[in-house]
Amino acid sequence: MSRRRPAPTLLWGGALAGLLVATALAAPLLAPYDPAEQLDPPAGLYRPPGTVLAAVHLAGGGWRLADRVRRTAEGLEIERLGQAETLPADQVSNLTARGVADRRVFLLGSDRFGRDLASRVLYGTRVSLAVGLLAVALALTLGVAVGSAAAIGGRLADAVLMRGVDALMAFPWLFLMMALSAFLHPGPGLIVVILGATGWMAISRLTRAEILSLQNREFILAARGLGLSPFAILWRHLLPNAYTPAAIRATLQIADMILLEAALSFLGLGLQPPIPSWGNMISEGQDVLLQSWWVATFPGAALALTVIAFNLLADGLQDTFNPRAATLPRL
Amino acid sequence: MVGRTEALSRTLAGFLLRRLAASLLLLLLVLTVLFFLVRRVPGDPTQFGEGSRLTPTQRERLQELYGLKRPLLAQYLDWVSSVSLRFDWGTSLSQQRPVSAALLDALPATAILAFSGLAVEYLLALLLGIAAARRPGSGLDHAIRVGGLLLYSLPIFWLGLMAVLLFAYLWPVLPSSHMHSVDVDLLSPAQSLLDLGRHLVLPALVMGFGVGGGTARYVRARLLEVLGQDYIRTARAKGLSERRVLWVHALRNAAVPIVQLVGVTLPGMLSGALLIEVVFSWPGLGLLAFNAILARDYPLILGATSFSATLVILGNLAADLAHAWLDPVVRNEAA
Repeated sequence: MSRRRPAPTLLWGGALAGLLVATALAAPLLAPYDPAEQLDPPAGLYRPPGTVLAAVHLAGGGWRLADRVRRTAEGLEIERLGQAETLPADQVSNLTARGVADRRVFLLGSDRFGRDLASRVLYGTRVSLAVGLLAVALALTLGVAVGSAAAIGGRLADAVLMRGVDALMAFPWLFLMMALSAFLHPGPGLIVVILGATGWMAISRLTRAEILSLQNREFILAARGLGLSPFAILWRHLLPNAYTPAAIRATLQIADMILLEAALSFLGLGLQPPIPSWGNMISEGQDVLLQSWWVATFPGAALALTVIAFNLLADGLQDTFNPRAATLPRL
Repeated sequence: MVGRTEALSRTLAGFLLRRLAASLLLLLLVLTVLFFLVRRVPGDPTQFGEGSRLTPTQRERLQELYGLKRPLLAQYLDWVSSVSLRFDWGTSLSQQRPVSAALLDALPATAILAFSGLAVEYLLALLLGIAAARRPGSGLDHAIRVGGLLLYSLPIFWLGLMAVLLFAYLWPVLPSSHMHSVDVDLLSPAQSLLDLGRHLVLPALVMGFGVGGGTARYVRARLLEVLGQDYIRTARAKGLSERRVLWVHALRNAAVPIVQLVGVTLPGMLSGALLIEVVFSWPGLGLLAFNAILARDYPLILGATSFSATLVILGNLAADLAHAWLDPVVRNEAA
C-alpha cells in the first residue's frame, strides 16, 4: 500500500480515541474515588459540581460528610444536612489540629446515592469501550464469514444469504433488542452478543462485494490454477486484499454499538446498575433532570465525545484509504 | 416496445416480491423466536402491576382466562393463525382492549412525529449539503462536514434531555413532554392544533437534528459525485447559469440516491422515534412497546414488534417503488 497523507479527521479521531482507550485502561488511577462508594448518602446525595465536603471518619467506622467543620477544644462541631452537631474528639478518627484530614470533592457533582459522578463517568469509559469493541469484533467475524460464504459458496448460497441480509437490514432491531433484553436480563456478555449478532450485515455485504471484485483477477486465477483449495485462496489471497472496506465499516460501527448499548441501558433494558454504564447514568439523571441537571448531562457529554472520536476516526480512515466509497449515515 | 416494458416491470415486480417474501419470512421467524423466548422466561403478566395483589386462586383463574396454562405450541399456533388470517393480535393484558386498537391509537402520534422529524432532517440536510457542495474544499464545506459529523454523533436521547433542560426549564418557552396539554378538551380546534404544534417542536427538532447532520454529508457527497459527471460539464459548456446547473441538473440526479436513503434509514428512524417518544412521553408506538415490555404484556409486545417491522417493510417497498419511478435504470439492474 502506497504512503498516503492521513486526513486531519483521522489524526483528530485517532488521538481522541487513543486518549479514551488510555482513560479506560487507567480509570482506577484517574478516578478520584471508587465509583460505587457511598459515604454518608443522606448528606452526599445530589451535590452540584464543584462541591467540597469535609469527610469525617467516625471512630466506630463509617463517615459523615459535613458542609463545614470547626475544631473546638472538646472535639468537632460539624454542620451537616443544615444542622449543627458536636462530635467529641474520641469519636473522630481523622481529627487534625484544624479540622479533619479527609475531604470529598465532587468535581462533577454526585448522584442519588452520593456517589462521585466524575469517578462513575471515568469508569463508564471502560464499560462503553469494552462493549463497543467486543460487539464490533463479533460483528466483524460474523460479517466476514457470511460475506465470504456468499461470495465463494456458489449462486444458491449467495442468493439465499444476501436475501437474508437484505431482510435483516430492514428490521427495526431496537424493538426486538428491547424485548430480548427485557426478558433475558442480560449481563455485559449477552449485550455484546445481542449487539454483535444484529450488526454484521453491512460488513458482510462489503466483504462479499470486495471478494467478488477480486475473483477474476490474475493472481486469484493463478492460485486457482495451482490447485489451491477455495478455502486456502480465501484465507491467503482474497481476505488479505479485501479487508479494507470491512475494517473501515467496522470502525464506523464501534460508535454505533456504543450508542446502542447506551440507548438500551438508558431504557433500563441494557446494563443494570450498579455497573457504571453511561446509558443507565443518563436514565437516572432523567428522573431528576430539572433538580440535578449534572447527573444526566456529564455522562451524556462523555458518551457524545466517545462517539465523536470513533466517528472521526472512521471518517478519517475512509477519507485516507477509501476516498471514493459512499458514506452512508446510520441509525 | 410494449413487450419490453412489460418484461421489465415483470422483473421489477419479481424483484420486489422476492424482497417482500424474504422480509415476511424473517418477520415470522423473529416473532416465532420472540414468542417462545417471552414465554420461557419466568414471571407472567399476572405477577406485575395490579397482579401483585392477587391471591393464588385469582391468579390461577386469570392464567386460565388468558390461556396461559395451555400447551405452548397450541398457544403459538392459535396466535399465528389469528394474526395471519384475521389480523387479530389478541387482547392487551395491561390495557384490557384489543392489541390492534392500542396499535392504531398510537400510530398517528408516531406518524406525526416521524414525518415532522423527516421534514426537519431533509430540510437541514438539503440546505447544508447544497451549501457545502457549491464550494467543495472551502472553509464552509469543511465546517459543514465536521459539524455534520459532530451533530449525528450526539446521542439522540441525551440531545432530547438537553433540549428539555434548555427550552423547557432554563428558558421555558416550550412544553417538555406529552402530545397535548391537560386542558386540551377545553380548547377550540384551532387552539388545540396550535397546542399540538407547540408540543411537537422539541421532539421533531431533536429527531431531525439528531440525524440531519449525517444526511447533509450524504447529500453533499452525492451532489459532488453528480457534479463531476460529463453531462454537468456539457450543461456548463452550454452556458447555463451555475444556479440552474445545481438546482435542476445536479439535484434531480442526486435525488435518486437521496430517496433511496429514506428507505435505508427507515428502521433507524423508527428506533430514533422510540427513544424520542420515551424521552418526551410522546404517546406513539415506541412508548407503547416500551410500556408493554415493562408490563410483560405479551400480546402487545408481539403486536408492537410485528406492526413496526411491517411498517418498515412497507416503507422499504415504497422507497423501492419511488426509486424505480425516479430511475428507470434500476429496472434493468433488478432483472
